[in-house]
Amino acid sequence: MQTSAWLILIFPLAGTLINALGWRVLPGKACGWIGTLAIGAAFVATVATFIALQDRAEDQKQVVYVAWDYANTVGVDGKISILIDPLSIFMALVVTGVSTLIHLYAVAYLWKDRGYARFFAYLNYFVFSMLLLVMAGNFLLLIIGWAFVGAASYLLISFWYRRTTATTAGIKAFVINVVGDVGLVIGTYFIFRHSHTLDFLGTFDSASRDFAGHQGALTAGLIMLLIGAFAKSAQVPLHTWLPDAMEGPTPVSALIHAATMVTAGVYLIARMHPLFELSPGAETVGAVIGCVTLLIAGTIALAVTDLKRVIAYSTMSQIGYMIMGVSAGAYVAGLFHLMTHAFFKALLFMAAGSVISAMGGEQSMDRMSGFRRAMPFTFIAFVVGGLALAAVPPFSGFFSKDEILGDIGARGGLWWILVVGGYIGAIMTAVYTWRMIFRTFWGEPCPEARELEEGHLHHPAAPFNPASGELEDADVGFPGPEHAIAERSGEMKVAMSVLAVLAVIGGALQIPFVTSALEHFLDPTFADSKLDLSPSDGAVVGGLIVGAALSLLGIWIAYVVWVQRPGTSTKVRERLHPLYQLFVNKWYFDELIDGIVVRPFAWAGRFGQQTFERVVVNGVFIGGTTGIVKAGSAAARALQNGFLRAYAALLVLGLVGVALYFLLQSS
Amino acid sequence: MNVNWYLMVSALVFAIGAAGVLTRRNPLVVLLCLELMLNAANIALIAFARMWGNAEGQIFAIIVMVVAACEVCIGLGLVVAIFRRRLPIDVDEIRELHG
Repeated sequence: MQTSAWLILIFPLAGTLINALGWRVLPGKACGWIGTLAIGAAFVATVATFIALQDRAEDQKQVVYVAWDYANTVGVDGKISILIDPLSIFMALVVTGVSTLIHLYAVAYLWKDRGYARFFAYLNYFVFSMLLLVMAGNFLLLIIGWAFVGAASYLLISFWYRRTTATTAGIKAFVINVVGDVGLVIGTYFIFRHSHTLDFLGTFDSASRDFAGHQGALTAGLIMLLIGAFAKSAQVPLHTWLPDAMEGPTPVSALIHAATMVTAGVYLIARMHPLFELSPGAETVGAVIGCVTLLIAGTIALAVTDLKRVIAYSTMSQIGYMIMGVSAGAYVAGLFHLMTHAFFKALLFMAAGSVISAMGGEQSMDRMSGFRRAMPFTFIAFVVGGLALAAVPPFSGFFSKDEILGDIGARGGLWWILVVGGYIGAIMTAVYTWRMIFRTFWGEPCPEARELEEGHLHHPAAPFNPASGELEDADVGFPGPEHAIAERSGEMKVAMSVLAVLAVIGGALQIPFVTSALEHFLDPTFADSKLDLSPSDGAVVGGLIVGAALSLLGIWIAYVVWVQRPGTSTKVRERLHPLYQLFVNKWYFDELIDGIVVRPFAWAGRFGQQTFERVVVNGVFIGGTTGIVKAGSAAARALQNGFLRAYAALLVLGLVGVALYFLLQSS
Repeated sequence: MNVNWYLMVSALVFAIGAAGVLTRRNPLVVLLCLELMLNAANIALIAFARMWGNAEGQIFAIIVMVVAACEVCIGLGLVVAIFRRRLPIDVDEIRELHG
């Protein structure tokens, strides 16, 4: 088991190195296949580890493997260690499984892009970082993986580096993620100060003793960890980078900004659950922020028209559910939703990528319509993803979302407010998902769809940036000079089919009263949980019925508004104009952050540069020093006048002076 | 004879040499005056050696002569070089190395 566990990390790293160093000699699609195979091999290694783990006794399922001591001094025990337990293996299975399929999709999707090898090197590097994050056995490796993942995200968002919009989006994502990294490091410090160990299991074992009497430090540390989780998982108010991150290639959106990286915050909270259970304050903060995020993101998704951004806001909203769930103690439910969400959201992104390709790079839903006949396969995939996202029974999202809400409801009291928020979010989810589907696939075919029906894939006459409309370099455009759609590419079809099947049947792991495979599997990790969230049978059934009814209601609303009576949306928009303005401007979060963070910092920077540096540093310190040196050297130069006899006179005078001194002394 | 006499001669010759170095502008004469100063020092060394009755001062004088010969070699070489390049033979005119 030890070998296979380390192999999970080694394969993606090897893939990165091979692609990064061998891009010049690797022919054709070799880079893509090497990348895919590396992740596929990691998946196989994960499955092998999973099987080996299943053979162990129930209380032997948390294993730490140490490669070597990295820094073991003055009370710091920094080791290169990985923790293999059901939670990390579950995360590794989701990450490697979905990543393999997304790599497969990208093999075809980015085939004509000039940065093909670079793309796969980055993508493998990302998977390596993500696996490092989820398998880390101590805080040190967790922080390293956390930061690596942020760097990989930056590289991939800015993949088309000639686009100003893409590079600024990359910088934005990186900066906000670094805010989260700082939170994580400070939180780790708060915890380490009392636990005196970086090791996860060691910290958890003695947590109740270590933090007895240090409740404030624990809560402060956990809130700092939550800031890290919020930044990585795009929760309010650190979420503004995620919609902008859609500037990256679509496989990146599917992999990083839907299925894996943004769920790191959920993983972090689930991993830290023994600490969170000691601090009800931190739990509440996490749950409330999750609920607020899912509502805010849901409303924005109702208003924006960029296809990928709608899915991005939907991702934010769904991660809000997961954060709310794991913060409230519904660990298994939150992770279950993480898994099903990875399946159907990756599928939706892939289908969206196919549609955007067919539109020649255009992402605005205002220009899309009637793709139903032109792209039957993409249509089916999109509908399956949409049904799962809208939580229609018996698709996977139905069971996972209702389990979260049911478990939170079981805590009773004021937690019910969050449940109600979750149900409001659920109906919005159904509406915006099906708004997307109806607007894209129903109605009169748009010119691009008509062109495709006649068997010709639309390519714009001149390459342009879909975000700003500027002309751009053809070589690094969307996604390369030639676009790929699922209907014409075997790799994309395979990847999407597998995900579609998983999106349909993924819920079977946890059907109330029937199966509880996931709960049973994850039990060793969460065995020490003191919360017992088992809603009564009646509550479970009621929740399922309400959930199903709400999702169908949402789809029906979307059908009425966008298919049956076109024009209703315009009327609603005019009637509720202020609200629409609020939603379409994303609740003015960008402006808010710009006003209270970016501008003051920019002002302080300008002050520092123009006033402080120019006057004090350049004027006084540097100017003063150079002035003194200049004056001194001018004096020294004046002595060197070049008159030989003057030097000789000086010598003689000096000699006479010395002689006189000794004469006077001796007399 | 008292050593003072020798020292008087030595000081006189040294003063003449120093005055020559300071006042003359022809490099050849400056070199000659330098030789005078060195030899004044030699006189003083030998006088003291004789006074104490040991040979160390004499050895010093011989070393000084060797150094003086070397110095004259270089000095004359410089003078010849200056002459060949048709530069003014005047130490005040040759002052390119001023700061």
